[in-house]
Amino acid sequence: MSDFLASLRLDLEHARRGYRRYEVYPAATIAGVFVNTVFGFLRAYVLLALYAHRPVIGGYDATAAVTYTWLTQGMIMTVFTWGWRELALRIRMGDIATDLVRPVDPLRAGLAMDLGRALYHAIFRGIPPFLIGATVFSLILPSSPLVWLAFLTSVVLAVTISFAIRWLYNTSSFWLLDDRGVMIIAGTAISIFSGFMIPVSFFPEWLAFIAHLTPFPSIIQVPVDIFVGRLTGPDLLLALATQLGWAVVLLLAARSVFALGVRRLVVQGG
Amino acid sequence: MAEILDGAALYLRLVRARLRAQLQYRSSFVLDVIGTFVISFLDFVVILIIFTNVPQLGSWSVAEVALLYGISCLAFALTDLVIGHLDLFPQTIRDGTFDLVLVRPRPTLFMVLTADFQIRRLGRISQAAVVLVYALANVSIDWTSERALVLAGALVTGVLIFIAIWVTVICIAFWTVEGREVANAFTYGGVTLAQYPIDIYDRWMRSFFAYVVPVAFVAYYPALFILGKRDPLGLPTWASFISPFVALGAALVALSVWRWAVRHYRSAGG
Repeated sequence: MSDFLASLRLDLEHARRGYRRYEVYPAATIAGVFVNTVFGFLRAYVLLALYAHRPVIGGYDATAAVTYTWLTQGMIMTVFTWGWRELALRIRMGDIATDLVRPVDPLRAGLAMDLGRALYHAIFRGIPPFLIGATVFSLILPSSPLVWLAFLTSVVLAVTISFAIRWLYNTSSFWLLDDRGVMIIAGTAISIFSGFMIPVSFFPEWLAFIAHLTPFPSIIQVPVDIFVGRLTGPDLLLALATQLGWAVVLLLAARSVFALGVRRLVVQGG
Repeated sequence: MAEILDGAALYLRLVRARLRAQLQYRSSFVLDVIGTFVISFLDFVVILIIFTNVPQLGSWSVAEVALLYGISCLAFALTDLVIGHLDLFPQTIRDGTFDLVLVRPRPTLFMVLTADFQIRRLGRISQAAVVLVYALANVSIDWTSERALVLAGALVTGVLIFIAIWVTVICIAFWTVEGREVANAFTYGGVTLAQYPIDIYDRWMRSFFAYVVPVAFVAYYPALFILGKRDPLGLPTWASFISPFVALGAALVALSVWRWAVRHYRSAGG
């Protein structure tokens, strides 16, 4: 029991470090918020132009579509959509050897740190663009505390799924000398199939079908649909269960692929 | 005059040397170009998905938006080929290597702009060219020599406008080390904006991006003339011909901002 508590305390400490690592660069945060906000306006006006022709598209009215835009702009960093190469770089540089001799599980420590990081990004990169968007557009804000609870749970699961996927494509560095190709393919798949670029319900049926076979909609589309009220009742519970299922499957996959990689790892010592 | 010719000759030599270096890893290069070619279609897929939901965006058909996309993305991809390395410029301020540029016997801007030439951008260039050809084959254009001239001119002035914007905003790096992301909001943000008809944006955004950051003159105004469309915003036809002057003006602004920024530069090194 006390072992268990100690390991939880360690997780918490990792999470705190993950948070602190980004907290120390406030200028980067301000610059990032600026960029996310500019793109938020661009995307909001493009989506609004669609509503000149139809009142509802893919289950979204104009207000829901604009809310979707600002929410997704805020989630870019929270779920870390692009460009996470931390593990890949540690494998390439050989730093991974240090991680392996530590008496902690690298995947668990990585997840704890990433959740800490996500908390920082949710507060400082997620909320500001949304608030700025709300000064110009009327946005949906859930009134029920239950919806908020479901949304926050969904975001935590989304971060976990995104972390497992990032961990998986980063482990390709055990086998490949250049991880750039894998990074680009993963980034592209996530951008389109998560519903980040445009909601999955706007897709033609066959493309939406393919998207729903992947874990990607669980990263963006599900939390957003909960927030704007498109997912309620049994659908909402099913969506959360699907997220949980993906989180478990992908974390297990991340663990096994990492273990396979470690088996063939050779680090040149010096 | 001799000085310009001398500069051009030197640039050609530098480009040739860089091409030789970058083509050393032939298969890696080919994969990179093919990969970028495929992945660049992502933005365009979003446009296609939009048009599966609505017949028109504002008063623009899918082929007409493709024309805007083709012109602006081709101009931006060519810009990226020539000066894409400006993305990494803030790093040279941070680590002090910019000091090396100051002691070289050529103008600083010349040194910085010619520092690299990334031939792997060919993937993006060919993708934009494919979309442009698709657009030209699918819009009804009453071809005249003036229209052909405006189309060709749009690509040249587009590159000049994007270079001017990039140089102007990258100067932020002289004051803050976080210049890259803010610069991206204008460069990548600018090309994203120019992919869509400007009349879908709200007035404040349109005026800013048409007259302050002049991306409306990259594709929108030239395309209006090529298509024989009336400007929904009510600007007279001559607006389609002033792009070259806008580009020259933007270049002059960029040059003066650069000179002013370099004069104020204090090296971090000791």
